[in-house]
Amino acid sequence: MQTRRDTLKQGVAVAGAMGAGTLFTGTAHAFNKNAFEAKSVQDAVKALGGTSLTESTDVTITGPDIAENGAVVPIGAATGMAGVKHLALLVEKNPNALVAVFNVNPAVESNFSTRAKMGQSSDVYAVAIAQDGKAYFAKKEVKVTLGGCGG
Amino acid sequence: MADPMRIRAQAQGSGAVVRVLMSHEMETGQRKDAAGKVIPAWHISNVAATHNGREVFTAEWGPAVAKNPFLQFTIKGAKAGDKVAVTWKDNKGETRTDEATVS
Repeated sequence: MQTRRDTLKQGVAVAGAMGAGTLFTGTAHAFNKNAFEAKSVQDAVKALGGTSLTESTDVTITGPDIAENGAVVPIGAATGMAGVKHLALLVEKNPNALVAVFNVNPAVESNFSTRAKMGQSSDVYAVAIAQDGKAYFAKKEVKVTLGGCGG
Repeated sequence: MADPMRIRAQAQGSGAVVRVLMSHEMETGQRKDAAGKVIPAWHISNVAATHNGREVFTAEWGPAVAKNPFLQFTIKGAKAGDKVAVTWKDNKGETRTDEATVS
């Protein structure tokens, strides 16, 4: 006879299997096309749900002063603020400003690095979007000697 | 099938720094081929990572992320022996998952 304990265990196992299989099917993992097709930093931040955009020393943008190869520019975004939903990296003068959005989760530190393509020398922005929609940014000028968009 | 990702997860302080090198063309959709036709955009659109089976991180990427993308992030509270899995999905629907153990 199946006890209630067994039924519960079975239920948890099924839920676990279902959870693992749905890693990319929830709306949380949908691709924000509007944000990635926005031309300007402001439009991209708005498409990500940011309501205001103010500079803040609580957000850090890391990157080289001069990038030898615009196709591979190491940039990073970090913030010490609590209650941040998204950390975004944007290159102002790229055809589309938004490069990447990292969804902050309490299990990871709000500190992400990747490498981006830059079409030309430009300001690079790290934008932290908080739960209430307020966005805070830090920016850094990165000079590029050889543009990276293949043009 | 794409080349495997190279994942290095190292315990550092109270967490683990995870560095991933993915193999992907990351075509921007801005380039034209020899005939003058635009090469369509083909890039990783979503990235997710799990720590011991629990999702710890997701990201959305546009075509401006460099070819053969690099990614670095830090998982709080991860220790040596823990399993880290990274999954990417691109805008053509292809996907790939690779796993590593924190050292």
